[in-house]
Amino acid sequence: MNNIISRNIARFIILVLIQVLVLNNINFLGYINPYIYILFIILFPIKNNRLLFIFLSFLLGLTVDLFLDSGGVHAAACVSIAYIRPVILKFAFGMTYEHQTVKFSSTEFGQRFTYFSIIILIHHLILFSLEIFNTSKIILILKKSLFSSIFTILLCLLITILFSRKNK
Amino acid sequence: MQQIINFIIRNKTFLLFLLLFTLSLFFTIQSHSYHKSKFINSANFLTGGIYEAVNNIGGYFNLRKENNTLLEENNKLKSILFNSENGALKQSYLSENTSNNYRLIPAQVYKNSYAAANNYLTINKGERDSIHQDFGVITSKGIIGIIDNTSKKYARVMSILNTNSRINVQLKKTDHFGTLTWDNESPENVTLIDVPKLAPVIVGDTIITGGRSTIFPKGIPVGKVVSFKLDETENYYNIKVKLFNDMTNVGHVYIIENLDAKEISILNNQDE
Repeated sequence: MNNIISRNIARFIILVLIQVLVLNNINFLGYINPYIYILFIILFPIKNNRLLFIFLSFLLGLTVDLFLDSGGVHAAACVSIAYIRPVILKFAFGMTYEHQTVKFSSTEFGQRFTYFSIIILIHHLILFSLEIFNTSKIILILKKSLFSSIFTILLCLLITILFSRKNK
Repeated sequence: MQQIINFIIRNKTFLLFLLLFTLSLFFTIQSHSYHKSKFINSANFLTGGIYEAVNNIGGYFNLRKENNTLLEENNKLKSILFNSENGALKQSYLSENTSNNYRLIPAQVYKNSYAAANNYLTINKGERDSIHQDFGVITSKGIIGIIDNTSKKYARVMSILNTNSRINVQLKKTDHFGTLTWDNESPENVTLIDVPKLAPVIVGDTIITGGRSTIFPKGIPVGKVVSFKLDETENYYNIKVKLFNDMTNVGHVYIIENLDAKEISILNNQDE
């Protein structure tokens, strides 16, 4: 139990630092940045206290907001995906989720890919709509969320593959 | 009463979600209005400290480029000085204790962003160095933005690449002035609005700060005209301006304090 808590605390701090110090300076093609800090929300243990989970997601988003001077857009996006995560989990993993036995390291690649993509796309859409906050710039919002999502999904999958432990 | 409590317990997840979501929306909306984003900004000791630590390491990599920029600026200033016929300028340069209206403070940029819709910079001077809200920030090439929040050691600058930024500028040739805004498109170009149709605008014209606000002195270069067209009302120009500054690459900046700002604002307030 302690192991899980300390691992999540470490993940929180490391992901935020990597996000604000490295990844936000990429600006690929001028505006594309990956937002991999949401891996914390994606990989959070499934058997959890939902209230705590939502609150932690809010804290995560707010910390990133503090560093990036973006008001509360990251916090809003994080809280939303934390709230709807069970629905997406059910959609992506089906029966295994019902029995509460999903382990991210042992799931099929296809299922994991759908789960990651849906969460990341929703997060980015909320993030950029709130950040730009202008209906006349809807094309810009869609463009930014699509390209950043692709970048984020790729990086997240790579990271989970690299850091997954072999349990064989 | 019992039912209300039951309702709260049954929907506690949703209610918590709603509460936190509203809170973050509140922060977002607050950050859209100038001077109001007090709580969530990077000019506090935690974020400022972390950015400072990282910048201390990364700063070495840009030294050569920074040196070149300084050398260029020095060169420009020296050539202005030695070529000017005006003896007074030379006198004031050498004597150093003339009365002046503007105080300049050098600072270093710790964090810069240009990809978001509202961009801010964090710099390493704060209230301890008597930096306050509404001071202008420039580089040797052009303007950067306006200070909108300060802490003890750090200050946050609202970049001109911010959808909330409004800066008074004018054409260099004539005195037609307008407002500099950013339309969130590219970090190289900004938009100049409210220039009257009568103004003789040509592609390639230089835009400078107008000096009508108390923030920037008159005559700081901003950029040059790339293209222009009339807006919907057909009375004003919408001018696309290419910045002299490369906003994606800012190292050292100068903060400008207008020592007369207080007096001017008191005078203006008496009017109303």
